[in-house]
This record gives sequence, C-alpha cells and structure tokens, in this order.
Amino acid sequence: MTGTDFNIVLPEVLLAVYAMAALLFGVYTGKDKLTGALTWATAALFVVLAFWIGVNGEGERTAFGGLFNDDPFARYAKVTILLSAAAVLVISLDYLVRRGLARFEYPILITLSVVGMMMMVSAGDLMALYVGLELQSLALYVVASFRRDSAKSTEAGLKYFVLGSMSSGLLLYGASLTYGYAGTTLFSGILSTLHHGAPLGLLFGLVFMLSGLAFKVSAAPFHMWTPDVYEGSPTPVTAFFATAPKVAAMGLFARLAHDAFGAIPGDWSQVIAVLAVLSMFIGAIAAIGQRDIKRLMAYSSIAHMGYALMGLAAGTALGVQSMLVYMAIYVTMNIGTFAFILSMERDGQPVSDIASLNMFSKREPLKALALLVLMFSLAGVPPMVGFFGKFYVLKAALDAGLGWLAIAGAVASVIGAFYYLRIVYFMYFGQESEGLESRMSPAQWVALVGVAVIMVLGAVNLLGIDPAAAVAAEALVR
Amino acid sequence: MVGLEHYLTVAAALFVIGIFGIFLNRKNVIVILMSIELMLLSVNINLVAFSSFLGDLVGQVFTMFVLTVAAAEAAIGLAILVSFFRTRGTIDVEDANVMKG
Repeated sequence: MTGTDFNIVLPEVLLAVYAMAALLFGVYTGKDKLTGALTWATAALFVVLAFWIGVNGEGERTAFGGLFNDDPFARYAKVTILLSAAAVLVISLDYLVRRGLARFEYPILITLSVVGMMMMVSAGDLMALYVGLELQSLALYVVASFRRDSAKSTEAGLKYFVLGSMSSGLLLYGASLTYGYAGTTLFSGILSTLHHGAPLGLLFGLVFMLSGLAFKVSAAPFHMWTPDVYEGSPTPVTAFFATAPKVAAMGLFARLAHDAFGAIPGDWSQVIAVLAVLSMFIGAIAAIGQRDIKRLMAYSSIAHMGYALMGLAAGTALGVQSMLVYMAIYVTMNIGTFAFILSMERDGQPVSDIASLNMFSKREPLKALALLVLMFSLAGVPPMVGFFGKFYVLKAALDAGLGWLAIAGAVASVIGAFYYLRIVYFMYFGQESEGLESRMSPAQWVALVGVAVIMVLGAVNLLGIDPAAAVAAEALVR
Repeated sequence: MVGLEHYLTVAAALFVIGIFGIFLNRKNVIVILMSIELMLLSVNINLVAFSSFLGDLVGQVFTMFVLTVAAAEAAIGLAILVSFFRTRGTIDVEDANVMKG
C-alpha cells in the first residue's frame, strides 16, 4: 500500500531530494562556482523526468487515499511545466553569469517551486492543493527579490509577497468554508456532497477559492501585481514567472473546477467567463501605453490568461482540451520571446525599452525575423501556431453556447494585435537611433530561432500535442 | 452557549480586519505582515471550529499545515523586508513606488 503510494509520487520525491542534496552540496563545496554545472544538471533532470512521466505513465492512479492523483491531465501539465522550466533555466544562465547573479541557490529554488507546481496539478485534496501552492509561491517570492542590491527587485519581491500571501489567505478561507460545509477536504467527497444539492457555504467557498486562484494566474481584476513584479524582477525570473507557474495555476484551476465542483458547472463558469473578459480587455488596452518590454509582456500574459480561462469557462472536455493546448503554445512563445529579451543590451547594460528596438532588422535580420514571427504568433495572426490556440478556445466557447464571450475574445485580440505589431514596426520601419546589441549565448539563439520555426511549422498538426491534450481533458471531465 | 456560528463570526471579522489592514494601511510594511498573519489565523479558527462541530479530525490536521506554512511565510516575508530596507533605508508603504504603471 505505502510502497505503491511512494511509487506514484516518485518523481516529486526525487526532485525534492535532489533539491536538498544540491543545497547541501553547494554549501559545503564551491558555492557559486558550481552555478553553471548545477543549472545544467537541474535542467537535464527536468528533461529526464518529463520524458519519464510522459512516456512511462499510463492509466489513472491515486495515492495516499486520494490526496494525490496521477492521471493523463496531471502528466500533460507536468511535462509542460518540466520542459518549460528546463528551457528557462538554460536560456537564463548566460544572463545570470554576466550580471553577477549566478548564485547556486537559483536552480535549487526553481527546483523547489517546480516540485510545488507538480503537487498542484496532481492535488486531489484541499490540503495537498494548499501545500503545493505554498511550496511554489514561497520559492517564487524569494527569486523575485533575487537581486538583493537592487531597489526594483526587492520592491518587486515585497509586492509579490504581500499580494501573493493575501491571495493564499483568500484561497485558504474558501478552503475552510468548503471543508466546513462539505465535511471533507477530498475533492471526490466535495463532488459527491454537491450531487445532493449545493449549500450556500460551499458556493462562498468556491468564490473565495476562485478569486485566490485568479490572483495566481494574474487574471483581471486580480492582476495589479503582475506589471510591477514582471518589471522589477531580474529578467530570467520574469521569464520563469511567465511560463511554468502559469501552467500550474491554470491546471489547478481546471482541477478544482472539474474534480471538486464539477457537479455545478453553471455556477463557476459564469465567474470564470467574467474573469476571462476582463483579463482579455485589460491586458489588451493597458498594454498599449507601455514603453518597457517586460511590462508589456506582463500585460500580454494577463490577456493570454484571459483566453485560457475562456476555454475553461466553456466547462466542457473540449474547453479543457483547448485550454491545455493554449497553455502549451503560450509557454513556447514566451520562451522564445524571453530568450530575445534576455539578450537585449546596450554598452553591456541590459535594456528593456521598446524604443531601443528601432531599426533592429538592419543590424540583425535573422533575429528580427524570428521576433517578428513570435510577435505575429502572440497576436494570433494566421498561419502562426498562436492563431490556432486562439481559434481553439473561441471554438470551445462557441460550442458551449458562450457566443458573446467568443465575440469579446475576437475583439480583444484585434485590440491586442496593435502593440505586438508596434514592436514589429519599430524593428522594420522605426527611426534611426542609438542601437541595440543582442548578445546571445548559443542556448538563447537556439531557443529564439527554434521557437520561431516551431511557430511556423507547428501549424501543420500542432506537433501532435492535440491528441495528448484530448486524452488529458477526457480524464478530467467526466 | 457558544455555538459554531459564533466562531464563524469571529473568524469572518478577523479575516475582514486582515484584508482591510493590507489595503487601508499606508504606513508600515510590518503592519501588513501582521495583517497577513491575522488572515491565516482567522482561517485556523474556522477550521478548528468546523472540525469540532463535525467531529472530524481532518480540520485540525489542516490547521497544523497552515500554522507551519504561516511560519515559513513570515520568515520569508521578513527576509524580503530586510533586503528592501537595506536598499531603501525605509519600510514605509508609500516609499515602495519605484515602479508605477
């Protein structure tokens, strides 16, 4: 019994043990000289675990009396999380070394937060949900203020900490109400209680938990921390924030909605639909005035979360499937874009001003072309892969009878296209000005160009992620 | 006789005080940390009250987890606050304004 249980959580246990061993090893030996080796080792471990989980896992198993689920949905999310975290680590290393940030704690903190994310997407109980979420968040608060001597970075860490803890508090208050009115913390128990009617206390609990989670995915109107934290954190950390944690929080959102509250889809789908509309429009409109590319990416991620939530609001298997496909595409696009942002510098100093991209295509035609493809894909211009992601969620919303939501999404994507295209305009038709250097490590170059190629070629069959997402969605929505 | 609803009322009041403490406080970051702690403790009251009302131990186990995590959270919050103070020389909320948008 216990042996089987531990067998199911083996990937998480391995990662946690690895993090602790690496911490001891780092403290007792060469300290920061090890950062490079440790980062590559961590990324390699992530990739190995992703293949192990993706290839080896089959069927649906639960461990520890339902606390922990291992099903296709969890595996899809875990593979996405692990691969994106590995990619972000690899593209960050060069930046960390050159800016004097290469401390050996960095890959270890990332590992711990990845363990938390894997717990989140596998949670089958409110306690497992809370512990996973906090393990992820606590590690992220620390990396946000990783540049201890910078006023911006510590301020970003402080803001993230205060608002993140408050959202955990909201989530926890909802969890306590849910426990009280359902009499159990197990998702399956909550679901069977709801089959006999929904007491008001449970609905209150649901709303509190949804707003707590909306903070974590930075959905409007709970998005106000996002721009400041994205701008203030060191760029590698921003790149990480924009990828893996979003997948994990969205996975948790879907799991809570379907596994625990699947009996009352009408109640939560309205809430999520409102969150989706607000996020799409606020993300699209507020980004127009931004001059800093990191802030711009923050608003872009708010808007993209709106589209992913739209898939979830449909409340159907197709909706979850489209959400999963959308998240995989979103993460891939962001890795490519951040590989470029990490390389932006002038006179050896990092810059994040959009105007510095003026006439960039003259100096680096290939990189400019790759960034153009990524921007088109983020904006959802066909035939880039980003278009198919948006198309999928719009279709899911339409099929579920949410026509107004789909129309709002289409309108918001047109507004949002403006600021992506403005970056392209600066690169190709801007004025001559003080230029931008883009010094890239081979890993960053591969990430940027590779993702751009995927964005074009992936249009053929979405690289086969669609069937995997379909299986994952089937496992979640019954 | 003190019943479940009394405990829930106290917990709800504490929770609301915690939230208002975060948003209305314009002075000191330490007060914000205390407000966060207040929110988590009000949840604990909720959980223990429900646990005793339902005769189910899971709520108290949950409380143990919340207490542990709250301690870790306070440690990290104070650590971030210390590095914030080192770069800025102040912990006033109004001074956390390098970034605006």
